[in-house]
Amino acid sequence: IVVYGGRHTVTLIPGDGIGPELLNHVREVFRFSCVPVDFEVVHVNSALETDDDMNNAITAIRRNGVALKGNIETKHTLPASVKSRNNVLRTSLDLYANVMHCQSLPGVQTRHKNIDIMIIRENTEGEYSSLEHESVSGVVESLKIITRNNSLRIAEYAFQLARDKGRRRVTAVHKANIMKLGDGLFLQCCKEVASGYPDITFDSMIVDNTTMQLVSKPQQFDVMVMPNLYGNVVSNVCAGLVGGPGLVPGANYGRDYAVFETATRNTGKSIAGRNIANPTALLLASCMMLDHLELNDHATSIRNAVLTTMNETRLHTADIGGQGTTLEVVQSIMRIIQSKGQLTSEF
Amino acid sequence: VHRFIGCAAIVSRVLGSFKNGSPQPRNFIREMQTVTLIPGDGIGPEISNAVMKIFEAANAPIEWEERNVTAIKGPGGKWMIPPDAKESMDRNKIGLKGPLKTPIAAGHPSMNLLLRKTFDLYANVRPCVSIEGYKTPYTDVNLVTIRENTEGEYSGIEHLIVDGVVQSIKLITEQASERIAEYAFEYARNNQRASVTAVHKANIMRMSDGLFLRKCREAAEKHKDVKFTEMYLDTVCLNMVQDPTQFDVLVMPNLYGDILSDLCAGLIGGLGVTPSGNIGANGVAIFESVHGTAPDIAGKDFANPTALLLSAVMMLRHMGLHSHGKKIETACFDTIRDKKVLTKDLGGNSKCSEFTEAICQKVRDMD
Repeated sequence: IVVYGGRHTVTLIPGDGIGPELLNHVREVFRFSCVPVDFEVVHVNSALETDDDMNNAITAIRRNGVALKGNIETKHTLPASVKSRNNVLRTSLDLYANVMHCQSLPGVQTRHKNIDIMIIRENTEGEYSSLEHESVSGVVESLKIITRNNSLRIAEYAFQLARDKGRRRVTAVHKANIMKLGDGLFLQCCKEVASGYPDITFDSMIVDNTTMQLVSKPQQFDVMVMPNLYGNVVSNVCAGLVGGPGLVPGANYGRDYAVFETATRNTGKSIAGRNIANPTALLLASCMMLDHLELNDHATSIRNAVLTTMNETRLHTADIGGQGTTLEVVQSIMRIIQSKGQLTSEF
Repeated sequence: VHRFIGCAAIVSRVLGSFKNGSPQPRNFIREMQTVTLIPGDGIGPEISNAVMKIFEAANAPIEWEERNVTAIKGPGGKWMIPPDAKESMDRNKIGLKGPLKTPIAAGHPSMNLLLRKTFDLYANVRPCVSIEGYKTPYTDVNLVTIRENTEGEYSGIEHLIVDGVVQSIKLITEQASERIAEYAFEYARNNQRASVTAVHKANIMRMSDGLFLRKCREAAEKHKDVKFTEMYLDTVCLNMVQDPTQFDVLVMPNLYGDILSDLCAGLIGGLGVTPSGNIGANGVAIFESVHGTAPDIAGKDFANPTALLLSAVMMLRHMGLHSHGKKIETACFDTIRDKKVLTKDLGGNSKCSEFTEAICQKVRDMD
């Protein structure tokens, strides 16, 4: 964490699609609330095949320790040697824990209520190892790597977080009946770590049953921990259950660095530039970042304003059934911040 | 014995429900067709009996040839299914199967896996249609998941590289991808489905899912009458739980298929009411219920035969016996909608035999 003269410097990667416009709104809200954070903007051009952009971004994050980012598009028509930039960022900085807190919001209409699930997803290995080869023409192997170290590490993170947040149960999601060695190892590591936390209940569930349970009775889940791909599936299911990709913030934590973004990492190309995107997820992610920087008062102020706009004013963007524009929602948030009597700059 | 399939159903590989149900003309000259029946374990025998009773009440021209499937060691030490079961399936081509138990540490692979390998059951098809009368938070679900069932993440190839490092291999081949893609489009065409969506993660698994996607695109070119779209697995999950009505036919590799087909089953009410069919090479097709053997209620007349019954209806449609299929399906849905006689899992208090009889009565009333 870089603090100079009382101000923090944070790397900002606008990304593609709705990233740039929403991050501009975050900066606007920060400026308005006099948040002592300066953004170092690093652009990554997803159309380029070279790695220079990414290397600059990674260096900047190493320098500042913290980043806020939009999703970088992956053109999957490019050859396999050009890897997903988001993935490269996560693995280079060893951001091993992806954390997502899915909560039902009173102001949002959904089929299921009272959801409160924390999802901890292993973020660096598993199916996302990007190790593939074509053994002979027409036969491709993709390697899923599970290691004891990373499995123990993520399990430890999950149980520690559960304890810190006063949560009572951790469920490991796996497919160890089929992938006996890989997911078997993951499950084994979770069990080992669980034995060190007797105050927390530990159980496990097979991934296909998990998705079935999530769409029928999501209230049964508390904290969930899982390898990379199942994490991708489960986090998207949960985000959908509480109202969609525009609402849920996500955080990627490593030992030395932290990067904040939306939980479901969508580029939102089809709604970019039309002033209809939902700023909630990225604003809440920026609040998570402020908590990480120990600027808790600012975090709380902005978060409360976002949630008040969502649940009380009920000013909603189209994705959650409303008719507000992005700008209207942001202005409502800023008005609420101002009304609480804190120091703000001009509109 | 002459197999005489009436004029309407010339080699119809039709599975599942028509989106705008158009009945086929009734066939007057019909001989009985023999189907291999594998009752299975646990509640298998009782739900199979229920299905046979209902088929009898409907005068369905089906003769059942019962076989048991257990793993036996053949010559050379390889595990296989009993030869009489294999011979029956090879002869009849069509099978209906109840749940099979997978014993732990029995030394042999799961029975389902054995069946899959024996008959090269490469496509798992699950139509998920909301059941009126069985309320879930999701209404108007009407989609089909088509899952590649032989390779992908379930190839079973794993290694312990060094202590603490495991590698699981996901295998994608051109041949299997092409086969499943072709099947998906043919299915869409035969069942008047408007679109096929390929589900993938080619942004992360560029080569493997990329190959799968390429084969889907090639099949799409050959079936221009069916709309083709591609969607990331996570986007499908995100959208599926918000608005499942936007999906039609989904085709995908093994693991995603496993997860998505169960997710979709959850949308309509669970495995107790979801039908499933497996298509193999050489015209073999085995329809099955995908729930477990429920040993705790086996033999107590508590079981719900709906899943097996709906799978049997899928089977009838596959065989071209659409009017019988429709009759039985309607009777089943009407019984559930009436809510007077329901098994415990459907929210009622009735026995399996009572539920079965209620459906039989409705079937008879239709004639």
